[in-house]
Amino acid sequence: MHTQLTINGENHDLEADERTTLLDALRQHLRLTGTKKGCDHGQCGACTVIVNGRRINSCLTLACMHDGDEIVTIEGIGTATDLSVLQQAFLSADGFQCGYCTPGQICSATAMLEEVKAGWPSHVSDRLDGAPELSDEEIGERMSGNLCRCACYPNIVAAIRAAAGSAA
Amino acid sequence: MTAYLKMDEPDRRNRLDSMAQGVIGQPLDRMEGPLKVSGTARYAHEWPVERLCHAVLVRSTIARGHVVRIDRSPVEAMDGVLAVIDDDRLLRNPAQGTAGKAPVQGPREIFYVGQPLALVVAESFEQARHAATQLRIETMATEAVLDPESESTDRERPEGKQTSQGDLDRAMAEASHSIDAVYHTPGHSSAAMEPHAAIAQWDGDDLTVHASCQMLKYNQEELADALGIDAGRVRIVSPYVGGGFGSKLGIAHDAVAAAIAARAVGRPVALALSRRQVFETTMRRSESRQRIRLAADADGLLTGLGHEALVSQLPGETFSEPVAQATHFLYAAENREIIHEIVRLNRTCAGSVRAPGEAIGMTVLETAMDELAVKAGIDPVALRKRNIPDKDPEDQRPFSSHMLDQALDRGAELFDWQRRRPEPRSTRRGEWLIGLGMSSAARVNSLMQAESRVTLGGEGVRIETDMTDIGTGTYTVLAQIAGEMLGVPMDRITTVLGDTDLPPGPGSGGSWGASSTGSAVYVACEEIRARIARKLGCRAEDLTLKDGHAITGNRSTALGELIGDAPISVRGVVEPGGTSKKVRQSTYGAFFAEVAVNDVTAEVRVRRMLGVFAAGRILNAKTARSQCLGGMTFGIGMALTEELIHDPRDGSIVNRDLAEYHLPVNADVPQLEVELLEERDPWASPIQAKGIGELGISGAAACINNAVFNACGVRVRSYPVTLDKILAEL
Amino acid sequence: MRPFDYVRPSGMPEATREASRAGSAFIAGGTNLLDLMKLEVMAPDRLVDINRLDMGECSATPAGGLRIGALVTNSDLAADEHVRRDYPLLSRALLAGASGQLRNKATTGGNLLQRTRCYYFYDTSAPCNKREPGSGCSAIGGATRLHAILGASEHCIATHPSDMAVAMQALDAAVEIENVEGQTRSVPLSDFYRLPGDTPQVETVLGSGDLITAVVLPAPVKGSQIYRKVRDRASYAFALVSVAAVVGVEDGTIGSVALAFGGVAPRPWRDHEAERILAGERPSDELFARFADEILREARGQGGNDFKIPLLRRTLIATLQSATDESR
Repeated sequence: MHTQLTINGENHDLEADERTTLLDALRQHLRLTGTKKGCDHGQCGACTVIVNGRRINSCLTLACMHDGDEIVTIEGIGTATDLSVLQQAFLSADGFQCGYCTPGQICSATAMLEEVKAGWPSHVSDRLDGAPELSDEEIGERMSGNLCRCACYPNIVAAIRAAAGSAA
Repeated sequence: MTAYLKMDEPDRRNRLDSMAQGVIGQPLDRMEGPLKVSGTARYAHEWPVERLCHAVLVRSTIARGHVVRIDRSPVEAMDGVLAVIDDDRLLRNPAQGTAGKAPVQGPREIFYVGQPLALVVAESFEQARHAATQLRIETMATEAVLDPESESTDRERPEGKQTSQGDLDRAMAEASHSIDAVYHTPGHSSAAMEPHAAIAQWDGDDLTVHASCQMLKYNQEELADALGIDAGRVRIVSPYVGGGFGSKLGIAHDAVAAAIAARAVGRPVALALSRRQVFETTMRRSESRQRIRLAADADGLLTGLGHEALVSQLPGETFSEPVAQATHFLYAAENREIIHEIVRLNRTCAGSVRAPGEAIGMTVLETAMDELAVKAGIDPVALRKRNIPDKDPEDQRPFSSHMLDQALDRGAELFDWQRRRPEPRSTRRGEWLIGLGMSSAARVNSLMQAESRVTLGGEGVRIETDMTDIGTGTYTVLAQIAGEMLGVPMDRITTVLGDTDLPPGPGSGGSWGASSTGSAVYVACEEIRARIARKLGCRAEDLTLKDGHAITGNRSTALGELIGDAPISVRGVVEPGGTSKKVRQSTYGAFFAEVAVNDVTAEVRVRRMLGVFAAGRILNAKTARSQCLGGMTFGIGMALTEELIHDPRDGSIVNRDLAEYHLPVNADVPQLEVELLEERDPWASPIQAKGIGELGISGAAACINNAVFNACGVRVRSYPVTLDKILAEL
Repeated sequence: MRPFDYVRPSGMPEATREASRAGSAFIAGGTNLLDLMKLEVMAPDRLVDINRLDMGECSATPAGGLRIGALVTNSDLAADEHVRRDYPLLSRALLAGASGQLRNKATTGGNLLQRTRCYYFYDTSAPCNKREPGSGCSAIGGATRLHAILGASEHCIATHPSDMAVAMQALDAAVEIENVEGQTRSVPLSDFYRLPGDTPQVETVLGSGDLITAVVLPAPVKGSQIYRKVRDRASYAFALVSVAAVVGVEDGTIGSVALAFGGVAPRPWRDHEAERILAGERPSDELFARFADEILREARGQGGNDFKIPLLRRTLIATLQSATDESR
């Protein structure tokens, strides 16, 4: 079936089986392999992309459900020679080892910082009202949908803290 | 030209320390980092290949028996299906690390639930995945062995893994303080974030496989042997590996099945294991039953030490989790008894998961040591310090180096251990009880044969080896060694890894990758230095190489000029020798943790954790620290959440996904601290470095469990320390 | 995943009509349905994508309550100003569930309908009465750490995994349903779920083509609202036990009270009878213990989940203690 997607600002006409997930559409059909498949069941976060401004697990949604949607993948966040502030922070803080969960972590963190700006509370927020503070605990909770088996969590938190600080 | 070193004698020259470039040990960013953070590093399943089709494995749903019949035609008739394959060469289970030959093969005889019995190849992944669910495989079940602790099942006691020295029973009877307790650890999964995957393509009789592998030299032999072809016809390419932790040591189902399928359909085939298949068809760490006996005099000096371990494995596999590996030498005690038993079970194959042996053996031993400290009323740090031997207590060999004492002291100081209150339940914050705990770390060290080619040309340096970087920092640390030795800035060094066409190394595993392959790079660089010195007519010792210049006396020559258009290329080879036998080699460290136990729900949260480690020369302080963070976080998982749950009726892994096999998430891990101690181990390698990838987990879980006891007074002897086990006694 | 027809209805009547055809299923967020479809635990022939229907808003009701459109995502609902102010319990429950990514996709209606996490329900090679009626329950005698201590039957011991629904249960929510004839009915959440009995495959009162269009909360009652979730990991894990409490204390005695429990039963568990023990009484540990006894009167463990009995007891008592502390 035919689906039109806007990915990283470019139009893509996708012709694929209805069963194709957004993740497989990106990886198999559009050769945007920066988005990773870690579990294919929404349990690891490696496939995180930003759809219409929101971070989601691209493995748990069908490509055909996104006709007309605006999608940002890691390839749209920055390139190896022109890194985003967050990507550079991950590099400096060693917020990754094997690198497989990393694009998902960075997409997730990019959108997460917007959620904080919008004043969304989290499970660990003391109060539901007011502007949430970006403490290490808040970052850890908000990033818990992205598993990292190399276990760079302390460095991931440090990278996000640094990037958020420098952007402010 | 080849430069060769057999490590027969200690190397106390510390040559890297007398170089001028100043990059060795520095906390440099990963060279391949920009590719990884931008999603452009290419992993196994991501290579652009024309006419690619997709294969999906079909599993056994019984634990033991055989295949009677496969009803292939309905599936062959399905949309897009190209083939249904049950080739005799399909693996029963992956190869063990460093096997170098095929593991047990054949999909007819069934040994465990989840064993791959066939695969379906189709035009698209969606078609193959659905078709695989429709394949009916008729099986005949026979009786399976499922209970690892059944008294009626035979237990093997392999020779060479048992120690009996003195009279432990008597030591126990005469001890002022003693512990005799049984502990359990569950099975674990490596759960690397990248599932095992391969793309196989044939060009005539030549096979190229892009796969996710840790040890290419061995994997090439294993794959060739499994397929029944010459190893020279097999090329494996694996420049980026999305985590391994032991699960990708040996060739696995994905590569073998993809190669068979690609041959059968005459097209390139991609095969990725689903996450569930990763859990049930790749290596699990065996569960264990461990009995520890400790006998001590009034001052806490150990007079006896017993460690009995029971682990499981499939029939026909030689590997078994070497639980007591570090117990042999960690603490002095005259009377010793170490027993290693194996039971053959119909469960997923057991193999290496990060730090096989120490990960669970040290954890249990260090839990028992804490029990002894409590019983004897001795500070846990002091108890360990008191029992550090001055030579291997079993074979009397000297230690190559021994930093446990320093690690314990440094850790106690940094963690402010002295403020710990020994009495459980003495610190409370609201509902939360706070406790401190510690444990020792130790992991055996080894050097493996390794080769690397180093080429110094006008443009800079190129390092080539089939070694892999599984997140370990190999790209960067090899470049740092070459950069230091040859005085070349990092931005002029290229490291090429992960291709069997390159000089063979021992791969990533057993923590030996960086020290072994790094030594091969070093050996090559020494020879290049000698050649430059010859060109300049000076002694290599009098040569300074820095920032692309060779300096002797007051003369500085640009390396580019010196080399011209005749690059110097040297193959460095290092081989283990006498130093592996003459001394006992290990890395050491100490863990400290502060936990909170909820007095209502018994939930445990780690509040702080510190690891102090000594692993010889640190090649890159940033990547080494990250390795330690990773190990410690594995330790948090082992301590609190990770457990393969087997169904008692068929041995299947019921929690075979990342929702129910609980890896720690970000919120489970506080800001961990890592302290790396300055050390040079001349016996370990010519670069005085030892392995560091596994030390961070070797005993880590115990410090958390010991802190739980200190917090709430409940001693849990069965890992993981889930709330139900605490609640029962809270 | 079995092949299916994908349809995207343009309006409500078309949606319910499409869905009333045999083998059809609605898809909204898809976070649970696609998970199950990949494993062929669920295998609809046609997917009716309702994401573009107009059900994505929250609005105040004339009665002073809140009408939550079925397509409001968990994220939006948790962050909704009205919810944060008047129903903090609901915000807290939502934020305790899943991950940021999943909450951005998961919807209110879909969350109510999420299926159990029972290992054996997820394993198509294992008998399961919920998946294949009459085939047997593999969980009984198997691994039961996740399973129910209340409301289970000999045919099924699965638990309902939602956090959101537990909070809604304590808030006396009602589910608004539109049927294929275009008629709308309202079902109290207490009546929405069915206990397994001998038909564990029937989980709710929804009929063929029925579409949840909204969840309606009554006006908030005075008192403290607490959601407490106990789980193995600090985040991104299903509840072993959870407690949702709405407790009002006036002049030293308990006035309004509503308690619902998650992770322990085939549906969000609430016992209106037992709540009478608390109403009108002065808060005390002895009173809470009596209430816990009553809640757990018929609790039964399966071995692996026996711990949930003391865990629920301790957690609900502690929750009542803090709820009544705060109210004083």
